[in-house]
Amino acid sequence: MKTTKMWTFVLCLASAFGVSSALAQTDPIRIGLPVPLTGPYGAEAKDQVRNAELAVKEFNEAGGLNGRLAELLVRDDKLNPGEAANRALDLIDKDKVNFIVGGLSASTQLSTNNVTKQRKVIYISISQSDAINEAADMSRYTFHEALNPHMTTQAVGRHVFKKGMRIAFLTSDYAYGHEMARGFTRVAEEVGAEIVGEIRHPLGTSDYSVFLPRLAAMRPDVLVFNNFGRDNHVSIQQAGQFGLKDKMQFVTPVLLYTARQAAGAEAYEGVLGASSYYWELQSQFDTAKNLNDMYKKEYDGYPSDYGALAYGAVKSLLMAVKEAGTTDTEKVVDALESLKYDTYKGPEYYRKCDHQAVQSVLIIESKKAPADNPDDIFRIVDVVAPTEDILRSCEELGFK
Amino acid sequence: MDAFMLQLLGLQLFTGLALGAIYVLMAVGLSLIFGMLTVVNFAHGAFFMVGAYVGYFLYQYFPNFWVCLIAVPLLTGVVGIVVERYLVRPLYGRGIDYPLLLTFGLGYVMVEVVRIIFGKQGLPVGTPDALQGAVNLFVGPFPLYRLFVIAVTVLVLLALWLFIERTSFGLIIRAGARDPMIVRVLGVDISRIWLIVFAIGTGIAGLAGYLSAPLQGIAPEMGTNVLIVAFVVTVVGGMGSLSGAIVAGLLVGIVESMAAFLYPEAAKVSMFIIMALVLLIRPMGLFGRAGLMS
Repeated sequence: MKTTKMWTFVLCLASAFGVSSALAQTDPIRIGLPVPLTGPYGAEAKDQVRNAELAVKEFNEAGGLNGRLAELLVRDDKLNPGEAANRALDLIDKDKVNFIVGGLSASTQLSTNNVTKQRKVIYISISQSDAINEAADMSRYTFHEALNPHMTTQAVGRHVFKKGMRIAFLTSDYAYGHEMARGFTRVAEEVGAEIVGEIRHPLGTSDYSVFLPRLAAMRPDVLVFNNFGRDNHVSIQQAGQFGLKDKMQFVTPVLLYTARQAAGAEAYEGVLGASSYYWELQSQFDTAKNLNDMYKKEYDGYPSDYGALAYGAVKSLLMAVKEAGTTDTEKVVDALESLKYDTYKGPEYYRKCDHQAVQSVLIIESKKAPADNPDDIFRIVDVVAPTEDILRSCEELGFK
Repeated sequence: MDAFMLQLLGLQLFTGLALGAIYVLMAVGLSLIFGMLTVVNFAHGAFFMVGAYVGYFLYQYFPNFWVCLIAVPLLTGVVGIVVERYLVRPLYGRGIDYPLLLTFGLGYVMVEVVRIIFGKQGLPVGTPDALQGAVNLFVGPFPLYRLFVIAVTVLVLLALWLFIERTSFGLIIRAGARDPMIVRVLGVDISRIWLIVFAIGTGIAGLAGYLSAPLQGIAPEMGTNVLIVAFVVTVVGGMGSLSGAIVAGLLVGIVESMAAFLYPEAAKVSMFIIMALVLLIRPMGLFGRAGLMS
């Protein structure tokens, strides 16, 4: 504490005499991180900040870009697309950031992307979205480190759906749910499974009992919960209480680490889903072990799936900066496009046409945590190796 | 196939009834407080949430569902007493919008305080062992816990009715609601009555929160939806009418369930359609005039 105070004093003094620029030689590499710190995804957003800070710290401790250090500028986009656009504008115009990473909903990341696209600033988005890959929204400066609904549903569907199976959907009535349902419908058709019905519910529903008799009456083999966060855990919990879990397999596209912790073991037991990251990957990849160890040392517990995305995005960005030897946007874009990286979960690369991170998808199943490790809540059932096979083709996305 | 449809319809109807019973429990405290005090308690949802968190907190020290079931409404009622005595009471006689604005703001404060203490993220709450699983009713499997909630609702309503209609204290409450001035002239300390009514109303809200925790887990925002439902039910039933709250709660639950059966997209909207219709035809609500006191 004392040394911090002293340094603050020295820095103030230095800037007062106008020597700070002389000391620092050059500007730091500034990375803007707009995430929804306030609002329903606050817990996930905070973990994204923690993880992004780890990536920056790691880069700086390794000497930065020939001594030029990186700096993270965290902003709250309040999960509001208008706010996200304003934060992105401020970051670019006032704070003069070199790059932007962030976004934790399909709508905020699209509005941030609109700004960065126009200003020709690199933006790596870290939340599920199909639209951001499509030609209409995509740009040379847009990168997508998170999974997208299409690849998620392809991975899960191919694992779970079998020929002749009956599939029912409980879908949250907005972009996220619709994109997931669309993806699952496509796999079902490919595999030869039958979609026997879909019930849509408004975002933020807290009692699902009235939908459950009808879902049960569809007699599905698999019930897919195409919803997110609290909606996901409340609907899964109540469907379990109505005895549906004994009759059918529960599946959800994104099985969230944080939602599972909020709902407890009982509600999620036996539920199958996909994830971009689970800490247990450390037994397979040294990079995962490295991230977990750093996280454990700095904070407590393990990085969450959405949190780790922020680490992966910032780290791949800084790898490209090092590769390019400069922060010049055009050169870093070229470096990112040709980068083959393993930041925290095994090999990845950005596909040329839509800049989607081609990466592994984990199929995980929720379980009761053993007494000696309360964070051991998932079992990795399958790891779908990185493949463009589960992505929509470049032609389908509208690229020529 | 026909017998199957009939069974499904039966299950759907029963689900609606069960949901309605939970709605009644949420709305009855709000209606009681308005009927007696003419205070529109916008913090009702926050008291609901506080009940759930008090239960969660207590359970760490007394891991017994039944002990907490008794303690939670009492403790939430105590919070209600403090709120009435020091915040609401100074505003009596100033018009209905003063306590409305106060409780509106208070609701936000309570949610933020809970966020500071327990965090933003939701917390898991399990169903007590004795009430786990589903029982086979004549129409199909139904969660035992929801049946239990219905039973508690019936008991609470029965106790409330006996208390208000059959005790001398209840007589004073009814008299106080009709003409507080005369009651005061007769030498009754009306402010004490109001304090107790406020405590009972908020205590029931806390109980409802505690009971719904195993259904949906707990989160600081869990009261927001409840407040909306409680208001719709109270407005449909008639502000301040207990029997209105009961009939309207069941009605809203059944209509929502039937809507989910016929056209799921309309399920959540259905309660607002009912409210709009009732307000058009009977602006005072179904039982608006012939309330508890008449």
